[in-house]
Amino acid sequence: MILQALAFYLFSFVAVAAAVMVISARNPVHSVLFLILAFFNGAGLFVLLGAEFLAMILVVVYVGAVAVLFMFVVMMLDINFVELRQGFLQYLPIGGVVGLVLLAELLVIAGGWTLAPEAASGGAAPAPAPETLSNTQALGELLYTHYIYLFQGAGLILLVAMIGAIVLTHRHREGVRKQRIGDQLRRRAEETVKLRKVPTGKGI
Amino acid sequence: MPSANVPNLIPALPELFLAFIAMALLMLGVFQKGGVREDSRTARLISSLSVVTLALTLLLVMTVSGTRMLAFNNLFITDSFATFTKVMVLLASGVSIVISREYMQRQDMARFEYPVLILLATLGMMMMISANDLIALYLGLELQSLSLYVIAAFQRDDTRSTEAGVKYFVLGALASGMLLYGASLVYGFVGTTNFDGLAAQFHGAGAPSVGLIVGIVFILAGLAFKVSAVPFHMWTPDVYEGAPTPVTAFFSVAPKIAAVALLLRVMIGPFGELVAQWQQIVVFISIASMVLGAFAAINQTNIKRLMAYSSIGHIGYALIGLAAGDAVGLRGVLIYMAIYLFMNLGTFACILCMRRGDRMVENISDLAGLAKSHPLVALALSIFMFSMSGIPPLAGFFAKFYIFLAAIQAELYALAILGVLSSVVAAFYYLRIVKVMYFDDLVETLNKPIDRDIGVVLVGTSLAIVLFFIYPSPLLSGAQAAAAALFAG
Repeated sequence: MILQALAFYLFSFVAVAAAVMVISARNPVHSVLFLILAFFNGAGLFVLLGAEFLAMILVVVYVGAVAVLFMFVVMMLDINFVELRQGFLQYLPIGGVVGLVLLAELLVIAGGWTLAPEAASGGAAPAPAPETLSNTQALGELLYTHYIYLFQGAGLILLVAMIGAIVLTHRHREGVRKQRIGDQLRRRAEETVKLRKVPTGKGI
Repeated sequence: MPSANVPNLIPALPELFLAFIAMALLMLGVFQKGGVREDSRTARLISSLSVVTLALTLLLVMTVSGTRMLAFNNLFITDSFATFTKVMVLLASGVSIVISREYMQRQDMARFEYPVLILLATLGMMMMISANDLIALYLGLELQSLSLYVIAAFQRDDTRSTEAGVKYFVLGALASGMLLYGASLVYGFVGTTNFDGLAAQFHGAGAPSVGLIVGIVFILAGLAFKVSAVPFHMWTPDVYEGAPTPVTAFFSVAPKIAAVALLLRVMIGPFGELVAQWQQIVVFISIASMVLGAFAAINQTNIKRLMAYSSIGHIGYALIGLAAGDAVGLRGVLIYMAIYLFMNLGTFACILCMRRGDRMVENISDLAGLAKSHPLVALALSIFMFSMSGIPPLAGFFAKFYIFLAAIQAELYALAILGVLSSVVAAFYYLRIVKVMYFDDLVETLNKPIDRDIGVVLVGTSLAIVLFFIYPSPLLSGAQAAAAALFAG
């Protein structure tokens, strides 16, 4: 147990520290790198909780896709972050007040939280007991067995989105020189290279 | 080791078939040779194959039909109601592809994605009709809507078409948001999204909680947008006017029928016990749609806009049947939608004939003297106009007759009276088109001859409208069985 506690403190300390660095680093590229560090430590916390599927998703989706996307945006757009940050102290009091109001509202909602009794009983797909299944397996059974119809339907929607994007934007353009690898490889030296005997001092 | 049990996929056979063929046709189209002439030939081939696919799907739907069957862990349902409405939707989609072919070739927008998108939209509609769960409902609706957004903007070099696509997309996304919010509230207050589960929870329960009613209202608002009922109709005239005409023809029939079917299934199925809660909303939507459809269309000069307002009005009449909330009312709605399908397809086939030189004309005044230049087209269009305004013995009269009958039986007298009055107002603009065609002087003639495909559709639909009163029993008994199936479940 001591090992788990140690791991928890390690992951949470690094995660919080990295999160602070995300908003305080001067260089936006450093911020994104710290964000990736924070994601990894969050994944570690999920593993400690026994939610290994969420941990993997966090790494694959957030680190693999979202953070890289952020990195692209930060590098492509020439945003002057120093200028953006100039009014920071000036806006701190009003920002703090807004934050406090939101916190108070959240506390009020959390205090009055109840579940309707019938909502618990009539669940569409009750969760299996955690002892019998790993959560990846449980999610897989829900998604690919119980809800296969919806999964395939969502796939079709994505297919339509793809067709739509291509139909509405792709154009055949005449006179565009494209690289055709097949044509390039098919060329023979005899067809394209001509050897001429050039007489000395005359040219062709 | 878990035992492998193969789920029963027979109820969803038509949908599976349609999905596979749509993807196969997409592949076929993608791997054809590029180039302007080849593109047009590919488009022709794929649209013929799509029509064949829809016909085969129709046969499959008829074969699978019959008893109530569930599939995919109760997410999917087929019954006689689903069969009846799916037949209408497939018919509408098939005819829409047929009448669009020449137009697409002529306007240089013949691309094979168009019929494929129509197939996918049709698949979405069939999923909507067969939805037995709020999530399945949403997915079907979204598959349909997304395909429709794309084909609204299909003429992408035309600003009006792209504007129609963007408008439809933005407002449609808003409506989807409302629907989802309502669905999440219902799920939060009841704890299930399955229609059977919802119906079981409400059965014999006391007064529903406020949150649940708010959820139902949001779901109703989202669906009212999809059927373009007042006050969620604002997108309709702009989208109908901007979208290419064959697309408008498709919009005005297939998605409407599917959305009305969905509305009926949701309101009668899971929320059937709460009829007292939603009836007044449906009554309001119905009256507002009828009145707006009647008055706003009077000033229109563009015939596609006029048809948009006319379709808003027709939805108002159809919703009277839902407001009645019983099997008679439902039968009325189904008969109304079936006859509306024929009238609208016919009218749009006439609009597709409105061509002068190599451009389409859309003003009502362009129809002047049509009786002299194209007597048969003028005759067909006047049949549709008389039918839409509800003159006996044309089919449109019977459509309204069964609706008002249901309203009287359910003692919704105010609704019936307002319906009759607004149909009198609506008769003005329908008959004005007849007057323009027959009594105004011919200024400039439209192109002759009309396309053969369109001619066939015109003859078919106008015969169906004229001769309906001789042999109405197939439609009546079909609608009766479909309505009964919804109440049995």
